[in-house]
Amino acid sequence: MPINPKVKLVENVLEKAKLEQAPTRQGYGEGLLAAGEANEKVVALCADLTESTQMHLFAKKFPQRFIEMGVAEQNLATVAAGLANYGKIPFISSYAMFSPGRNWEQIRTTICYNEVPVKIAGSHAGVSVGPDGATHQAVEDIALMRPIPNMAVINPCDANEAKKATMAAVGINGPVYLRFARERTPVFTTPDTPFEIGRAEIFWDSGGSPSLRHSTLRVSDSMSSGRLSLDATIIACGPLVHNAILAAAELEKEGIKVRVVNNHTIKPMDEKTIIEAAKDAGAVVTVEEHQVQGGMGSAVAEVLAKNHPVPIEFVGVQNRFGESGTPEELIERFGMGVSHIKDAVKRVLTRK
Amino acid sequence: MPHLHEEKIKFLEEKANQIRQSIIEMLVEAGSGHTAGPLGMADVFTAFYFHILNHDPKNPDWEERDRLILSNGHICPVRYAAMAHAGYFPVSELKTLRKLGTRLQGHPHRGSLPGIETTSGPLGSGLGQAAGYAYGAKMDGQKFKVYCFMSDGEQDAGNTWESAMFAGKCKLNNLIGLIDRNNIQIDGMTEDVMPLEPLCDKYESFGWHVLEINGHDFEEIVNAVEEAKAIYEKPTVIISHNIPGKGIKEIEFDYKWHGIPPNKEQAAKFLAELRTLGGKIKSEHQ
Repeated sequence: MPINPKVKLVENVLEKAKLEQAPTRQGYGEGLLAAGEANEKVVALCADLTESTQMHLFAKKFPQRFIEMGVAEQNLATVAAGLANYGKIPFISSYAMFSPGRNWEQIRTTICYNEVPVKIAGSHAGVSVGPDGATHQAVEDIALMRPIPNMAVINPCDANEAKKATMAAVGINGPVYLRFARERTPVFTTPDTPFEIGRAEIFWDSGGSPSLRHSTLRVSDSMSSGRLSLDATIIACGPLVHNAILAAAELEKEGIKVRVVNNHTIKPMDEKTIIEAAKDAGAVVTVEEHQVQGGMGSAVAEVLAKNHPVPIEFVGVQNRFGESGTPEELIERFGMGVSHIKDAVKRVLTRK
Repeated sequence: MPHLHEEKIKFLEEKANQIRQSIIEMLVEAGSGHTAGPLGMADVFTAFYFHILNHDPKNPDWEERDRLILSNGHICPVRYAAMAHAGYFPVSELKTLRKLGTRLQGHPHRGSLPGIETTSGPLGSGLGQAAGYAYGAKMDGQKFKVYCFMSDGEQDAGNTWESAMFAGKCKLNNLIGLIDRNNIQIDGMTEDVMPLEPLCDKYESFGWHVLEINGHDFEEIVNAVEEAKAIYEKPTVIISHNIPGKGIKEIEFDYKWHGIPPNKEQAAKFLAELRTLGGKIKSEHQ
């Protein structure tokens, strides 16, 4: 199977029904607890959503380091800015719609421009929030956080990666935005899967073993011989990375060779891996549970337009608000299912 | 804080006058900026930088220093002037205000100038930062105080009241707020734009100890801070009744001077007024 052996995914990654399911926010809760155990400067602030943002694990273990802020997201950000300015490492949690949705200017000025290390955890991002409807489905948050100087932006692909990202955020001496989903999604990475902020990982490659990527077989060699071993690269973030792998597996059966990159760090982006993917495949499809305007795909397009322009198709929310429904129904309705990703790959191939 | 005797009051009056002169000189050089607020808060800033604050201008990162957080960043010319006269940086640097490459940004930036505790300007976000700072300091048993200067106009902002509610809940007795109650904001008088009164009652109902002072009387300023420090069960806010444009008779109380600088002719006239103490002495250069 074309799974990159180095990333140590679960063995039955393609058997969605058999995989363990857990929400990425749960990984956040576990990661925050672990971060709190490892570093006593870590404090946690929540805006009246302690359990649903999974902060209760930390709050129970460290009640003296947990601060309940009430329904006041602007104050959530400014109080955290003050705590960080003093010397603490605050994590702030709410639904992404409210933080960073409602408190954007406070985050920009009192956290980012003020250069203090507040970690912002936006839970319930994406339409997969489900029945609560569009008011609670943040699909603009990446676009809000991405252009602010000093801010790192991370969208983990499953609960294991969410835990690692949360713990790694403590090591970044600056603000970090962590994006999580409400719904249970497949857990397909393992504790041994490598994770490094700012480093995208190739999860799947039908064009040959990705272990060759850094070996003597240079990208320029394959280019000069006129032989592209790949048809397209899917660059994805968040739980939809799993759909991207399922799409790649089905495409392979149809003779279409695809690479799947888990691009969890939207900023600072791993430009090297993105550019290589475009060079190796000559066509790119981006996949994210976010508006296609200003999201991860836009960031990829910025990198490629400057360095190696190739045709790109954008899978994501197409300038619409969400609505009520089950998470599965909504992923399909908004065009982010496995079939939609396959269609996008086929579309981009016609533009090569 | 030492006793405030007659001689010290005289010293503070002279310092405040120098700081007002610096404010005029900075603003005319910059060609933009706010005049009324800085002049109105000159006495309060003088009292803090030259009597109240536990600080060391030569060691601005000293861990035990009191923290002075300026929420209404637009009055930063008075803070810059007070800091320069206190010895944080050369007075000559004041003339770089708002110019390319300056450490004296149009609104204060923490990373640019040592001694600036927070980046500020967008209104309503200083009290939350001060409360967070005070909360962290209390967790660790720190002895220093966190002061937060606010404008009255920014009492319109919801974030201010979220923070006031939080500080009251947490009984942050190491947090002392001070509101520049000069009754003006950009669009007019505060009570016309968005009435704030009864302001004392509002803060009291949010769990604060409230004091009112004449912000141009050094004894009142110092005594209020002394009382605030003695209140141990809640945060204190000092509502400082100030005259916008204080020190320049023709612009005092005039809201139109909120957001504009003097031109060269006006500046010369204003400086003459300050240097002659309003005509009490003949020469500008004694």
